[in-house]
Parts: sequence; C-alpha cells; structure tokens
Amino acid sequence: MLRLPEFNYIQPRTLREATKVLADLAPNAMLVAGGTDVYPKMKRGQFAPRHLVSLRGLRELKGIRQTKDGLWIGAGESLTAVSRHRVIAKRLPALAHAAESVSTPQLRNMGTIGGNVLVDTRCNYYDQTFFWRQAVGFCMKKDGQICLVAPGSEKCLAIASSDTAPVLVSLGADVILVSKQGERRVKLEELYRDDGIDYCAKSQDEVLKGLLIPKEALGLRNVYLKLRRRGSFDFPILGVAATMDLDNQGECRHARVVLTAVASAPKVVAEAATLLQGKKITKELIETVADAAAKISHPLDNADLDYWYRKRMAKVFTLRALAQLAGLELVA
Amino acid sequence: MTRKKTLSVIGKPLRKVDAMAKCAGETVYADDLNLPRTIYAKLLRSPHPHARILGINAARALKLDGVFAVLTGEDLPQKFGIMPSTEDEEALAVDKVRYAGDPVAAVAAASETLAEKALGYIDVEYEVLKPILSIEEALASTEESQRIHTWNRRANVQKAVSLEFGDVEGGFAGSDHIFEGTYFYQGNTHLPMEQYCAVGFYGPDDKLTLWSSTQTPHYLHRALAKVLKLPASRIRVIATPVGGGFGGKSDPFSHEICVAKLSMITRRPVKITLSREETFYVHRGRHPVKMWAKTGVKSDGTIQAMQYKTFLDGGGYSSYGLASVYYTGALQTVTYKVPAYKFEGVRVFTNKPACGPKRGHGTPQPRFAEEIQMDEIAENLDIDPLELRLKQLVEANSVTINGLQISSCGLRECIEKVAERAEWKKKFRKLPFGHGIGFAASAYITGAGLPIYWNNMPHSGVQIKLDRSGGVTIFCGSSDIGQGSDSILVYAIAEEFGIDPADIRVVSADTDLTPVDLGSYSSRGTIMTGNATIQACGKLKPLLLEAASEALEVPADDLEFADGQVRSASLPSRGISFAECVVKAEGKHGTLGATGSYWPPKNPREFKGSGVGPTPAYTFSTAIVELHCDSETGEIKIDKVWIAHDCGKAFNPLLVEGQTEGSVYMALGEALMEEQIFRKNGLHKIPSILEYKSPTTLETPEIETILVETIDPEGPYGAKEAGQGPLLPVVPAVSNAVFDAIGVRIHEIPITPDKILRALEGRLKAVSIPQFEFPAPLKWQPGEGVKVEQKS
Ligand SMILES: Cc1cc2nc3c(=O)[nH]c(=O)nc-3n(C[C@H](O)[C@H](O)[C@H](O)COP(=O)(O)OP(=O)(O)OC[C@H]3O[C@@H](n4cnc5c(N)ncnc54)[C@H](O)[C@@H]3O)c2cc1C
Ligand code: SF4
Repeated sequence: MLRLPEFNYIQPRTLREATKVLADLAPNAMLVAGGTDVYPKMKRGQFAPRHLVSLRGLRELKGIRQTKDGLWIGAGESLTAVSRHRVIAKRLPALAHAAESVSTPQLRNMGTIGGNVLVDTRCNYYDQTFFWRQAVGFCMKKDGQICLVAPGSEKCLAIASSDTAPVLVSLGADVILVSKQGERRVKLEELYRDDGIDYCAKSQDEVLKGLLIPKEALGLRNVYLKLRRRGSFDFPILGVAATMDLDNQGECRHARVVLTAVASAPKVVAEAATLLQGKKITKELIETVADAAAKISHPLDNADLDYWYRKRMAKVFTLRALAQLAGLELVA
Repeated sequence: MTRKKTLSVIGKPLRKVDAMAKCAGETVYADDLNLPRTIYAKLLRSPHPHARILGINAARALKLDGVFAVLTGEDLPQKFGIMPSTEDEEALAVDKVRYAGDPVAAVAAASETLAEKALGYIDVEYEVLKPILSIEEALASTEESQRIHTWNRRANVQKAVSLEFGDVEGGFAGSDHIFEGTYFYQGNTHLPMEQYCAVGFYGPDDKLTLWSSTQTPHYLHRALAKVLKLPASRIRVIATPVGGGFGGKSDPFSHEICVAKLSMITRRPVKITLSREETFYVHRGRHPVKMWAKTGVKSDGTIQAMQYKTFLDGGGYSSYGLASVYYTGALQTVTYKVPAYKFEGVRVFTNKPACGPKRGHGTPQPRFAEEIQMDEIAENLDIDPLELRLKQLVEANSVTINGLQISSCGLRECIEKVAERAEWKKKFRKLPFGHGIGFAASAYITGAGLPIYWNNMPHSGVQIKLDRSGGVTIFCGSSDIGQGSDSILVYAIAEEFGIDPADIRVVSADTDLTPVDLGSYSSRGTIMTGNATIQACGKLKPLLLEAASEALEVPADDLEFADGQVRSASLPSRGISFAECVVKAEGKHGTLGATGSYWPPKNPREFKGSGVGPTPAYTFSTAIVELHCDSETGEIKIDKVWIAHDCGKAFNPLLVEGQTEGSVYMALGEALMEEQIFRKNGLHKIPSILEYKSPTTLETPEIETILVETIDPEGPYGAKEAGQGPLLPVVPAVSNAVFDAIGVRIHEIPITPDKILRALEGRLKAVSIPQFEFPAPLKWQPGEGVKVEQKS
C-alpha cells in the first residue's frame, strides 16, 4: 500500500502555542485538522511538509453557538457535527446538506469544517500518485513547470472543490484568522483567489479559528445543489449555493448565487443580485441568471464527466436552485 | 443405492462456512500473513506504454542498507501465460514494456517503505516507442516496426476467427426484414476489495511455498514451475481466502513469480501487496469490444439468420484472450432459435493493461448488442419484446446451430415470472416521459467444458477422510473467492451423510494437500466439485452401510443417512449415530477415505476453437429494469431491478441470491459508470477507487430475485451456475429501459448523463466499426442426429 513519508508531528495544547510553533516553523510546516485531505496527499507526494502542526484538541476551535452577531462555528468542528447541529439543520439546510454531502461518514467524522473551507483545489492531473504524476510529466502545481490541462495557461486551473465554501459565501460568512501577531476578521469570499496553486489568501502562519454567519443570514431561504456521479462519496463537479429573501408581496429583497467547481475559487454570480433584487421572481428572470452562471463557469477537462456537460449543468442547477427558493414550478 | 427422496441440507438458506470469520474480521487474507523474518517486495513499473529497454542498472539500489535483492527481466526470462498456445508474458519485462505499469524490476527490502525508496535508485534507460492505444490503431499498424509482440502472425492481431454455421446467406435472403447495428461495450475492471497480495517462502528444505490471493492455484503452480525452473513437486501453492476475484485473479502474475524468486535468493519469506493503483494496472478485466450485429427475421419476428463481428481491445498481452475472442461469438445462439449463424472476431494488442476474464467473460458484450437489437426488432415490427422472444425460445434437450447441447432450460419461466412480478404489461410503453422499463434475456455456461491446457484428467477432484469422531474432512483444490465454494463442499457432504455441516472441515486450494481442481473460473465450482464430492461420498457409503447393517441387523437397502444417524428408513428408531457407524466401519474395513472426480461431458463439437462454448449445463437469466431519466441533466436513477435466474437447483438459496444480486450490482456499474480509460499518453486516466466510478450500496436499487429451478440432469442435485449469468441481461435491459423512458437508443456503455443529452439532441454518433479482413470462415454443421443424452 501507499505509505506515509516521515514527518514530525507537533501537538500544541493551545491556540496561542499553535500559532507560535507555526510562526517558528512556517515554511516547512503545515497545519492538520482532520487530516482527510492532508494525509492522502502526503502519501501521494503532493504535500511534503517536514512538520505537521495538529489542531486536534484545540478548545478554541470548538463549538457551534448563537452569539449576538450570528452563528459561530469553530473551525475544528467535524462535518458530522455541523450537519447535525439543531440550528443549522433547521435554519441553514444548505449548509447541513453541503456538510453531509462531503465524502463518507468516516471522513465526515474526521474532517473538519475549517479543513473543508481551506481544502486544496483539485485536478485529475494532480490528484494522482507520485508514480503517475512522474509518468505523465509533473505539472506546475507540484514539481513541474507547465499546466497539463491548458498548456498555454500561465496559472494553474485546478478546481475549487469544497462543498461548504460556496454555501458559506452565499450566507455572507466571515472568518476569524489568528496568528502570532493577533486576530483578524475577513469575509470568507475574500479569502479565495482564482488561482489553482495560490487559492487561499490566508498567510501561512495563520490559523482559521472559526466562521461567523451573520444573524440576518439565518432568516434567508437557502439551498445547495451538488452535481456528482455518486451520491455516496464524490467530490462536487459542480455546486450551486443560493440564498434568497422575499417580502410579503413576493418581491425579492436579497438573492445570491455562488458556484463551486467551475473555477479555482467559489464564483459569485453577480447577476443574481442585480437582476433579481427588487423584482418579482419570474421564470424568465431566473433563466437569465442561470445563463450568466453558465457563462462564468469554466470547467476544464480535469474532472469527472465532460466539461461541456458541466457547463451546461451550471445553468440547469442554478435554474433549479433559484426556482426552488422562489417556490416556482419549472415545467419543461 | 439408497438415495433419499427429500433433501435436508441442499436448498436450505444456511450460513456460509466462513461467514462468521469474515464478519468478525478474523479471516486471514494473504496480507494478514506475518511469517517470522519476512521482508517486503515492490515492483518498479514502466512509466511508458510502449518502449524498448536499453539498459537497467540496479547497482545504486543494491547499495542501500536493508535492500536484499533486486530482480530484472534477465533473471526470469522464461515466458509464461495462462493459455499454453499464447505464452507471451514475462515476470519482468526483458527487452520491451507493453503498457504503462508493466513491471521491469523487483526489489526485496527490510520494509515496504525501503523497498519503495529503492525503486527510485534503479536506473532504466528506455527508447520510447509510439504507443498503440485503440483497436483502429492496432489494425492499421501493419508494419513490423509497429508490432507490440513478434510471435503473432499479423502485426498486432493476436487472434482472428471466423465461424459459420448453417446457411447464413440463405437465411438473410429469406428474411423479410434485416436489422443491423453497431455497438460498443467499454472496458472495465473487477475492482475487488482485496488488492493483489502474495507471500513466497523458499525454505531450508529447498521447497517453495507461495501463498497468494488467487482463483487458480493449480495453473499458478504450473506457471511457477515453468518460470522458476523448479520441479513442480517442490512447489506448494496455497490460495488464501480471496477478497473478491471476479476473474481478475485467474492468471499467474508477475508479483507472484517475483516474490518466489526473491525468496529463493534471500531465503526469507517475501511479501508483496499491490496498491490500489497497481491493481488497475494488473487488470485482466472486461475487454472493450466494438460490435456489428445483423439479424434477419420474418415479418412475424422469427429469426432466420444472425451475424456478428466483434473487435476486442486486448491490451498488451494475450492472457485469456484466445478464449475471450471465441466467447464473444459463442453464446448468441443459446437463447433463441437461430437457424443460421456467422461469427467473426478479432482480438488486437494495444499498449494498455491486458484484458482478460471478468464475470461473464466475453459474453456480456455481444449479449448487450443482441438484446438491444431484439428490442429494436420488436419495436419495429410492433411486437411486444417478450412475445417476440417467447415465440422462438430454445428448448430443453436441444442442440443449437453451432452445436451446443442444451440440457435443462428455464428461460420461458424466467421470462414469464419476471414479467409478472414487474407488471410488465401494465408498464411497457405506458409510463410517462422520463420513466421507463426495459427487458433482456441471456444464457451462460456452468463451467468450461475443456481445461485450459490439454489433458485427460478430471477437472475436479476431492478427497474425503472420515474420522472416528464422526467428523469429516474434505480436501479440494477449489479456491473460495467469496462465492462460497468451501460451503458447497460442506453442504454436499452433509446432505449425503445426513450429518450436521458443523461437523465437516474443509481444506481447500492447497496444492500439497488437496487434489486438483482447476479453479474458480467459468462458474465451474458447484457443478464440478459438487459432483466429485457426491461421487466420493458414494464410494464410502457401502462401507458405512455394511457396518451399520451388521450392527443394527437391518438390511442395507433399508438404511438411510439422516439426522446424524444411519438408521432404518422403515423404522427410524433403529439407528446408530454417524460417529458410531464410522467406528464400526473403520474396524471392519480399515482407515476410511475416498476420492471423487468429475469430468464434464465430452465436447460435442470437433473443430478448431470448438472448446469455447460447450459446458455441462446452460443457465438462463432475464431482467427487467425500471428507471427514471432526467432529460435535462441526463441523470439516470434505477428504481428497481427484477431478475429471474434458472440456477437448476439452488444449492443454498441465500448464496444464489447473493450471487444474483452481486451480478446485478456489478452490471449496473458497467451499464452506467465504470470505465477503464486511458490518457493520450497511454496512462490509466483514473487509477483510484475514488475516480474510477463504481456504484456503492447507496447507488444500488432494490433488487427482486426470482429463482427458477429446472433440476439439470448433469448438476449435483440439479444445480447449475449462479455467479456470472445474472450479470448479462441487466446491461442491455438498462439501455432498453432508457429507450422506453426517453425514446433514444444508446448503443454503448457506460450510459453516462452526457451521452443521454447528446442522444436527446441527436448528437450521439453511431459506433464506428474498424475495417478488417477476417479469415475465410470455418464452416461447420452439427452432425445429423446429434442428440443430447437424456439422463434422469
Ligand atoms: C475520498 C475523499 C472524498 C472527499 N470528498 C469530498 C467532498 O465531497 N467534498 C469536499 O468538500 N471535500 C471532500 N474531501 C476532502 C476532505 O475530506 C474535506 O474537505 C474535509 O473537510 C477536510 O477537512 P480536514 O479537517 O480533514 O482537513 P485537513 O486534511 O486536516 O486539512 C485540509 C487543509 O486545510 C488546512 N487546515 C485545516 N484546518 C485548518 C485551520 N483551522 N486553519 C488553517 N488551516 C487549516 C490544512 O493545512 C490543509 O491545507 C474528500 C476527501 C477524500 C479523501
Ligand atoms: S490545472 Fe494544470 S497546473 Fe493545475 S493541477 Fe491541473 S494540470 Fe496541474
């Protein structure tokens, strides 16, 4: 079988200790939470950290609770805990569903929400063993110079593949980042960059402490639709997260659509807000938004199923997500 | 001989003998073996699909502390392969690699990690050659320089066959309608949960023992002797419990030979466990096959003639290919009466992992074509697809145009039952758009009629030993791959001797201890080992009865074996326990043991290639699939599968149902998602269990299994196979159901959502068929008056 390479395992007891160790070892160290992404990648030689700094057992990263600002979710909470939490299951079914759709029960018990929002981008040329990558010729994401999917591309086009990220972005979540220097709070969407290698704007010595979902978001209609071959354990090859708020007259007060697996970062479909807000939702309107969603989707030949198909589904899924939130019947 | 009228064990849903150990995680698989002083092996594999090896230098690897030995091709130059006439494999490539993943060197080291590391210190110089990656490329590459192998006659054609039975031209000329179509059945792999693993130990007694997860210990035994140049008498092969085989563990493999050789050099036990990725490279799975099918029918739908061309993408080596190509033409005639039949098939070499036998071996592909074409004929002639078939089914005790002898046949009952349970009449062509139902039927063999290498010895042998305790031990070469072959032996003895299955021990698949059984392939296990076991019991019974008769003063012909006793049938209270009977019989006759053997009936045909197709008994299966198809996303959801299978007699209905459900599950994977596919540079595209899409239990729909029992004269208690046949009808039934749901025909698998959308928009191209000139056909007619011997 594939074996783990040698590494140092460091288990800090407090968040402060963790940030200190991280600052000291920074370029050669990597954080590990559930390890469901980190360990398999170490076996395949995609990650080769000298030191792993474990976040397991850090109390500061735990807890899911309502505060005066909204809903706090500790980065160290497991996906199982997130999907089963009472408030989340009731008010944020999109998030519960996204968390519940990650991989298998075993991996959801180990995998954390922090690890999920920061999970590596994916590509069929990259998510392979060392033998395979060597045989095909290394690509720039690891060990090589060029992109094998789009040889002309200056940057890596690996796919943003987190299930919870698009939902959290659609809910307007903030993240709390802690380093030796202190704490900062930023919008989650600002954390992402459309670059398959440098996909995350968090600096190396920062720990993601938790997520804050604003109070208003708890009142939004929300949904997450995930495209994949098997309902049992596949990564998304398209994810559509949508939130919406309608007033008593059925006029749209808020609408947001966020896509995943169509680029290297979750993509906000701006037209959802500009076209829908202040209007009564009609089939024609959401079709326009759905077209816009397909337009900004750039799937490539580096994931399961044909890319033209995935692009086409960006439209169908956006249409279905919005129709579902607006309570519209879509008769073909 | 006393023979009980009713069966007390056979037909009962008993627990498998190895079930508890498996559930408790206590089964000792090959990778669980930990012999003292074990060292570990790894194989260096070629990154190139096609290349000449200019040089290999292992000096740097050998210098590493903890590296014990390195092997390269020249250490094991002897070619081998499962079929004696196409031995074209090398344990380690000698001068050429033929697929990306082909092993070129083997290392034994103190740990697996070190062995892996050492691979990086072996320097191989390659001259990269242009890979041949498709059937078309293989057929077009006729130049000597483009050859993958040199032994075969036509460049990159492993085998081309052409057979003609009856008046094909006349049959088509006399037809009112001719239907032609092209089809593609994509290749897929077995995906056993247990990866390949072997442990070799060349002991101080100069004897070699090899433990391996293998379906065919006997053939492996022969290959080891040949390649290692050791007397076979000094080699012992033990098949460990196999964690899933499906045909993928039926060849002798490089890793098995290498650990044996490494142990001969190091004199330490050497273990190798392949990774999941390597398991995809070893492969031997389903051949991708392109097919052209033509059927001529009268206006009432009765078949006048049938013709097939098949093109098999064989991969880099022959493996079972010789049989595979014949199988793509062998069984088309075994469901409906076909008065004239022509078959042409060709298997080509390509620079990909070798294909071989996977559940159904070569027959699911043409069956896919045949059953879709039948559906199209029915549609065109406006006949219900079931009616179309029912009017021309083969019959029991008949001979097909290609000379195959059908004994029992429950096909009609299978069709009727499955239709009734699925409420076919209410649903077919009556469900709303997007919701559909489809049907297909099929036939399969119960064991190959011929062994893989020519010999006149039995195909299966058992030895039974009776103990004074009343315990019985059976020794048999068959290897339990999860299908329950060990259990079959126990049930047969328990039935014959009327004893508790718990009092029976099985020693199986150990070439030192057990008589030869050819292995777990071609669904031969139950019929062959079952018959051999009954025969062995039959030899012991007179001895036991004689002793019991004396002790009880009851005439032997009034005695029966029942309830753990040998007793008077007319006065059941007069009896002695089985153990007491054994003691008495041993006192009288000496140590008690017997052997049993089984030979299949003689091959009814005599022409080149006639060995593929004949079998002791054919099974029949029918399937109805109901599904939903989303016409916007192309996604298919299978609602339910009804499957009827004529198994002859359900030895243990629980096992038969398990095999049937497993077949349905595997068929759905092939129909909907599984693909063994390659990049343009010849590398497997998705060699992982995450990206190679195979359904899980969550994707598996409700399956309703209907067992049809026809009590075959050749089968033990009437039993036929159940492990492979039920896969066949499911795949075409899915395609036929898609047509019923959304009105498009899909002639290729897997039927993926993008293909559905393409088809709905009229953009799905017809399958193209390569150009190839087949040899002139060998014409053959079943001899006048060939009759099936009627047994009762
Ligand atoms: C077979 C399989 C299927 C999968 N399917 C899915 C799927 O369908 N959808 C999906 O989204 N994911 C999937 N995953 C990926 C992964 O399991 C999940 O994303 C999981 O949530 C990762 O969490 P973790 O705690 O295990 O992260 P880890 O593996 O521990 O870490 C992941 C990354 O996040 C960083 N990190 C983790 N926690 C923190 C923190 N608090 N602060 C800063 N950095 C941090 C790590 O350094 C690392 O870079 C799958 C994985 C496997 C092996
Ligand atoms: S997108 Fe290109 S650079 Fe990025 S991982 Fe894939 S092949 Fe490599």
